[in-house]
Amino acid sequence: MKGLNEIKVGESATVKSIDISGPMRRRLLDIGLIEESRVECLFKGPSGNPVAYLICGAVIALRNSDAVRVRVI
Amino acid sequence: MQNLSDMPVVALAGNPNVGKSTIFNALTGMNQHTGNWPGKTVQVAQGVCDRSHTPIKIVDIPGTYSLLAHSSEEEVARDFLCFSKPYAVVVVCDATCLERNMNLVLQIMEVHKNVIVCVNLLDEAKRKGISVNLKLLEKRLGVRVVGTSAHNKKTLNRLVCAIEESLGQEKEHSYIMEYDAQIETSIKAVEKELSRFDLKGLNRRWLAMRLLESDPSLNHSLLEYLGSNVINNPSVFSVCDSERKRLISNHITDETFKDMTVSAFFGEANRICASAVEYKKGRYSASDLRMDRFFTGRKTGYPIMLLLLLIVLWITVFGANYPSGLLSSFFAFAEVQIDNFLMSICVPDAIRIAFTQGIFRVTGWVVSVMLPPMAIFFPLFTLLEDSGYLPRIAFCLDNTFRKCNACGKQALTMCMGFGCNAVGVTGCRIIDSPREKLLATLTNSFVPCNGRLPQPFIWKIFSLRAEALFLFHCFAYLVLLISFLRFAQEKTPQSF
Repeated sequence: MKGLNEIKVGESATVKSIDISGPMRRRLLDIGLIEESRVECLFKGPSGNPVAYLICGAVIALRNSDAVRVRVI
Repeated sequence: MQNLSDMPVVALAGNPNVGKSTIFNALTGMNQHTGNWPGKTVQVAQGVCDRSHTPIKIVDIPGTYSLLAHSSEEEVARDFLCFSKPYAVVVVCDATCLERNMNLVLQIMEVHKNVIVCVNLLDEAKRKGISVNLKLLEKRLGVRVVGTSAHNKKTLNRLVCAIEESLGQEKEHSYIMEYDAQIETSIKAVEKELSRFDLKGLNRRWLAMRLLESDPSLNHSLLEYLGSNVINNPSVFSVCDSERKRLISNHITDETFKDMTVSAFFGEANRICASAVEYKKGRYSASDLRMDRFFTGRKTGYPIMLLLLLIVLWITVFGANYPSGLLSSFFAFAEVQIDNFLMSICVPDAIRIAFTQGIFRVTGWVVSVMLPPMAIFFPLFTLLEDSGYLPRIAFCLDNTFRKCNACGKQALTMCMGFGCNAVGVTGCRIIDSPREKLLATLTNSFVPCNGRLPQPFIWKIFSLRAEALFLFHCFAYLVLLISFLRFAQEKTPQSF
């Protein structure tokens, strides 16, 4: 298992767990980042943070500090 | 005058940014007004539909991703749908990411009997190679599904027809969402307890789920609606409590419970959308991806951003010169005419001078200086917005702003601040975190608005070249801004 931030651009992964609690967790669940969902890393910003992911059909930007707490395989 | 209280009420719900407000405006035209939801700083627009045979009152509730709410907007949306009991609910969906929208559709179908699904942005979906089988969705959901496109008036008429059709019908059952076996057992136990009470039209199964979930904000609204003889009833409370303990002993904690609820909805949403939605260009088209990588690339991201901003400011500052000059001449000419006229009708000097050289002259200056730049800047900014480029700016700059404990979206409000600081401050609502929102609001004045763009030229008193002055002035603002943000970072408590 690794963090979502470790996926390379163009790669996909399956979400195994989200080690975040509170409003951020709810927001991630609401946009479709749930267990067993597929996520693809689309592109990174000029400084490598944040990173754009394809989540449930929408392009969502996540900061690395949040992405690292989403565990994927 | 139509009697508003007699009209059937239809709620317009949906995720944020699906074109709900566009549809609302198209349906109600000018017959609308916006007001505050009582007790909250959330705006709710309501209007009367002028396209239907019978007048219908339409309420545009705030966009929300889910009814399991946690922001003021989502609470208002949930409370309206659950407690204000609109006659029908139109859930507007984005055809380009239907599964996520379907999550909300299913949650609303669990609460409300009369739901119409409106699949919007079909033209956008077509451009991305996405085709939606509306008939199949209708069959699987068991409710009316209408497809709409902002530019196509015929599709709006179809939506109005669907709404009018639903007004005549009386639907029986709400949609039933199947959960995990353990949760189902608990639901049945609570439902049995609730069957003794009059629930004022609320769906019993839905209420059982919400009591088990124990969301504090919803409990408050439930208390207001049903009264404490139901909510605080000792037997209801003890059944819920024992069921929650039983679930915990089965490894279903509060958090797991919520996760399982969301998973159930998404699982069902995926099942419904599977094969009903076709992606000819894949989930994200290659051409869109190429453009995104170009606009946010390491070597191309920042230069393009600076270039575009420079072009916009250049056109604003120099493009406004000619119209400003024309307006200025016009007002000068008009002032002389008005002055002559007032003298000819023997208006006393004090009043005449106060009017022509005071009120009229100053108004003329303000209009000829302010109107042309604003009339150029905001349309240009709207072009950038419509092209979809603005989020890329926030994306590229988020890292820099995050280091000052601010948000990348602040770059957008600062851009708007170049046009008008008041508009920039209003735009700060797009920032979620209260702290980052406050920072963006306070620092917006560090961006010179259209009215203050000539400010750098005060350095002319030192006889320096204009361009160097402008750059120096901007640099000084930037230094002040960063210093302020750093200062704010050190001085405010971390928990805020």
